[in-house]
Amino acid sequence: MTLLSDPRGTMPMRSGIGEADYGTPKSNSDVMVSVTIDGETHLVPEGTSVMRAAGESGCDIPKLCATDSLQPFGSCRMCIVEIDGRRGTPASCTTPVEDGMVVRTQTTKVARLRKNVMELYISDHPLDCLTCSANGDCELQDMAGVAGLREVRYGMDGKNHLDAPTDASNPYFSFDESKCIVCNRCVRACDEVQGTLALTIEGRGFNSKVSPGGLNFLSSECVSCGACVQACPTATLQEKSVIDLGMPTRTVQTTCAYCGVGCSFNAELRGDELVRMVPTKTGGANEGHSCVKGRFAWGYASHSDRITKPMLREKITDEWREVSWDEAIQYTATKLKAIQEKYGDNSIGGISSSRCTNEEIFVVQKMVRAAFGNNNIDTCARVCHSPTGFGLKNTLGESAGTQTFASVADADVVIVMGANPTEAHPVFGSRLKRRLREGAKLIVIDPRKIELVSSPHITADYHLPVRPGTNVTLLNALAHVVVNEGLEAREYIADRCDVAEFEKWVAFIGDERHSPENTETITGVSAADLRAAARLYATGGNGAIFYGFGVTEHSQGSTAVMGIANLAMLTGNIGRDGVGVNPLRGQNNVQGSCDMGSFPHELPGYRHISDKATRDLFEGEWGVTLDSEPGLRIPNMFDAALDGEFKGLYCQGEDIAQSDPNTQHVEAALRSIECLVVQDIFLNETAKFAHVFLPGASFLEKDGTFTNAERRISRVRKVMPPLSGKADWEGTMALANALGCKMEYSHPSDIMDEIARLTPTFNGVSYDRLEQLGSIQWPCNDSTPEGTPIMHVDQFVRGKGFFAMTEYVATTERANRKFPLLLTTGRILSQYNVGAQTRRTDNSEWHGEDLIEIHPHDAEERGINHGDWVGINSRVGDTVLRADVTDRVKPGVVYTTFHHPVSGANVITTDNSDWATNCPEYKVTAVQLSKVTQPSNWQARQKSFDKQQQGLLKDARH
Amino acid sequence: MLMEGDPFTLIEGMIIAGIAVGATEGLIYVRSEYPHAIDVLNQAIVIANENKVLGDSVLGSGFKFNLEVRVGAGSYVCGEETAMLESLEGKRGMVRAKPPIPALVGLFGKPTVINNVMTLAAVPMILADGAASYQSFGVDRSRGTQVFQLAGNILRGGIVELPFGITLGDLVNKVGGGTHSGRPIKTVQIGGPLGAYLGVESWDVPMGYESLAEVGGMLGHGGIVVFDDTVNMAKQARFAMEFCAEESCGKCTPCRIGSTRGVEVIDRIVAGEEQAKNLELLEDLCEVMTDGSLCAMGGLTPLPVRSALKLFPADFGIKVEVK
Repeated sequence: MTLLSDPRGTMPMRSGIGEADYGTPKSNSDVMVSVTIDGETHLVPEGTSVMRAAGESGCDIPKLCATDSLQPFGSCRMCIVEIDGRRGTPASCTTPVEDGMVVRTQTTKVARLRKNVMELYISDHPLDCLTCSANGDCELQDMAGVAGLREVRYGMDGKNHLDAPTDASNPYFSFDESKCIVCNRCVRACDEVQGTLALTIEGRGFNSKVSPGGLNFLSSECVSCGACVQACPTATLQEKSVIDLGMPTRTVQTTCAYCGVGCSFNAELRGDELVRMVPTKTGGANEGHSCVKGRFAWGYASHSDRITKPMLREKITDEWREVSWDEAIQYTATKLKAIQEKYGDNSIGGISSSRCTNEEIFVVQKMVRAAFGNNNIDTCARVCHSPTGFGLKNTLGESAGTQTFASVADADVVIVMGANPTEAHPVFGSRLKRRLREGAKLIVIDPRKIELVSSPHITADYHLPVRPGTNVTLLNALAHVVVNEGLEAREYIADRCDVAEFEKWVAFIGDERHSPENTETITGVSAADLRAAARLYATGGNGAIFYGFGVTEHSQGSTAVMGIANLAMLTGNIGRDGVGVNPLRGQNNVQGSCDMGSFPHELPGYRHISDKATRDLFEGEWGVTLDSEPGLRIPNMFDAALDGEFKGLYCQGEDIAQSDPNTQHVEAALRSIECLVVQDIFLNETAKFAHVFLPGASFLEKDGTFTNAERRISRVRKVMPPLSGKADWEGTMALANALGCKMEYSHPSDIMDEIARLTPTFNGVSYDRLEQLGSIQWPCNDSTPEGTPIMHVDQFVRGKGFFAMTEYVATTERANRKFPLLLTTGRILSQYNVGAQTRRTDNSEWHGEDLIEIHPHDAEERGINHGDWVGINSRVGDTVLRADVTDRVKPGVVYTTFHHPVSGANVITTDNSDWATNCPEYKVTAVQLSKVTQPSNWQARQKSFDKQQQGLLKDARH
Repeated sequence: MLMEGDPFTLIEGMIIAGIAVGATEGLIYVRSEYPHAIDVLNQAIVIANENKVLGDSVLGSGFKFNLEVRVGAGSYVCGEETAMLESLEGKRGMVRAKPPIPALVGLFGKPTVINNVMTLAAVPMILADGAASYQSFGVDRSRGTQVFQLAGNILRGGIVELPFGITLGDLVNKVGGGTHSGRPIKTVQIGGPLGAYLGVESWDVPMGYESLAEVGGMLGHGGIVVFDDTVNMAKQARFAMEFCAEESCGKCTPCRIGSTRGVEVIDRIVAGEEQAKNLELLEDLCEVMTDGSLCAMGGLTPLPVRSALKLFPADFGIKVEVK
């Protein structure tokens, strides 16, 4: 008997260069049953299909409608086998193995039936294999070969679909009906994997055809995730890049560079030409799924806007001048040194990119600390999840999410607060929807009616439309109910939390001022709903909380994060699968940039710069004395610049002119900087104020690692040489060396080795280990050599969990007579953040402009109709957007996205920020709206400035 | 007949079944082509509810059972139990693969017992008069009575309930009175459009599941369609394939594509094109539909086709030997 945990013997069936496909999903049972397949006996988990058991033993049963990401369907009838003691020829995909079963996969009868089935298929299929885009990666082709089909005795003159049209409306893939074999894999993928349910079969019998709801793909509910394209066994749903270029010949596994889910992809290439990106089934975060951005929107990397040569200019009104790397580096080093001479050591600093690799970020903060000699290093986490860092560190002891994404499959009650996963973390959104369809309950806390509140097969059990700025009040009310009604997890708290602090906190939270009834007018949430939601979370089983910027980007962001941790500890919902506190990190490597100490007050591994032991460790390795005083945060840098004290900035992959709040303030600050160095792949908004431009490398052009929201460190692998000749870490290294800080890394693995030496949570991480394990969730060290999927299992990282006091302090940014509406912001699926990448791909077909959502009541009061130009004024600025009148927002709240620079969403956001971390309060801005006829002054200026700068660039690049 | 004329028997049978298996909800899925049955059943259910025979406590027993009529929408394949479940769930009437069987994973994923009207309607009588009484009717293992439906070219068409065991000939000639046209009977089809054709040589066969199967026939729901000697059996065989093509849910390949090809192949045979080759092809097609289909829609379509070929090759213009 052989225990089947790995494939044995011959290679499992695959088409083209894709991953093995075992036909039906893996069974998670612990009970093993024995099955004899073609004379060999094996043990498999109960619930495994005969097809999968055969595949895992190296014996492939022919299949067409089965694929292991989907439940078995039983339509093609190719996988039939003979089973002793059973009549007929059952389908092996829908037949679970039973103990002692004896299966024969290849008999005269099944061979004849398979051949006849193939003959039927091919009687209604174009015979253009050699010129078909699926040539070499077509399962129909493979099965015809396996079945030994030699002729189609029906001829080709009977009824057929050979003239069926092609729908090429989607920019990335086309749908050629003439090749469809109605296996339903696309429909099932959209249902089971993605959860959008955009596809169906129209008609019946021979007239069955796949339909995106009677429309074409682009106009339908399809979100272009590509799951159907991946599932399709023929050329029916095919990537346009494959149609245009041809079949890839090699694969390189890498990690997506968009959001914090960090999907694992196989880059499929010919030579160094990228043909397509296919999500990998072994990716821990995504397990074979992806969204439109990761799968399709990679064209920006080769867009003509790519800057590939370093450039210099003395003044920002000068033309750019293309120069060599050496000249650019020398110029920069000289300039920065001179500025420090003149204004002091603290007058320069750096901003690292949370989209660059861990190794690159580490090198930037090392340069700032060891070469600049100060701690003026910060990262974009400042503006998104810095409150998570503060809040979770204080309560649980570690600044990171506690679970894996897969853990949601064990959740019974899910809270989604201030996040919109189906738009911003789509692959996680799909996982969540799958669990909800199985019966888990959902509580949505969001001012807007996000998709999760109500969409096909998904209805939130409670939608608590909290008024922007009142999160802490709401969280306090939820906790109040749990304590008040005696629903807390007493044993858990006694065992694992600081009981003295808990008692103090209970006295605080039990006060009637926190009750749902007394807070209804503050939050705008009905007391009845709030009470019911609290009870559900406390008593409904495994409770998991997922939250996003709608929690952190507030003046009490850190307080709210602590409130969330309090709730989770209160109900015993930390330390196992299915529960936890899960910040949905935005950027692909923002977790990494935090881990790498890209902060003015922390060294890598979240150790405070004032801690002598830590400083000694780094000083020993780097051979320099480190500044023990915390440096400037990004907002401080702007203030210091306007004060004339901060004059030099090295800004890597971060577009502060577009993404930071109060744009006019930022622009003024940037203009005050004497030497602004921007390292990026495009001329972004910030670069328009720069003096040195260092061309960056996209994720396809370098080796390194990204860390996603699960603390999962995954490899990024180079598939093509960097267009600029240098990976980003090589550019930083050159500058550091020019500044006198010796760096001699020959490969990013050297950098990771250094990180591992210096950081206890990374001790066990190395490129070799990553090869072995695929990916590693930190902490990874001697006590957890294979990484740590779930944190705080036996105890909290800080020892005992800490219940922090969370008194509500209203933001100063309040609605008043002058600015009676509250603006909040968010994201949309097809565009990514400031849109630098996605605007340079075909994704713009879906979201060509940012709109302002306004409730019909508020619109009517102002005479605003759908599609009108609307002026939006706040106390710091104004901008103009077109109106989208909808009841997704409630009266008093307006909403917009910020993917297009000309929208100027941040012209109106204020300097208000989180008390602990300065994370900007993007989510609350008091505004007034009015109908206008022309763009705002800022927008007019932005347009002309943009035109001027584009002109200065164009002349430089011949 | 039963639903229109004696709905309470069905209702009683369903309540008994519900109590026996622990079900609290019952549904009667009726074809849209039976408006009288739908109307009568609905009225009967109202009466039953008013008299506390249905509801939260059946006749005060504490057992809960509620009943509803659901109407089909003209799809034949929704008579297949799993396609019917899909239809009841508001989805396309497509056949589900088994396992799991409906008794374990049925309507909306709940364990569901499914039986036809005649089975459930027999239950009250069996419980009232005893098993032996029911068993006293019939032959071999086909016990009890069957509601036979006499149709087609028949003098006295209609519905007659008789014990199993009456011979086919007696049923058609004595009870049915032979053809309406007065011409000799050429063939009868038993069990609906997917049943086998039998010839007059089968007159002595007793009506029963096993006895009919022995001669290559199928009792099915006990429907008998009579044809006189003007019938063209090639057209009938073609019709079987056409019917399958029309009603196929489209999920599985042998039925979805096979039925359309079946029509084309029969046409070629009748037209005399490469008959030996096409007859072999037709036989291969019948085999793959019988053994490869997901359900009895495709699975039984070859039954009338093969029986027609075997018994009446001349109608097909066949000049070669048919095995």
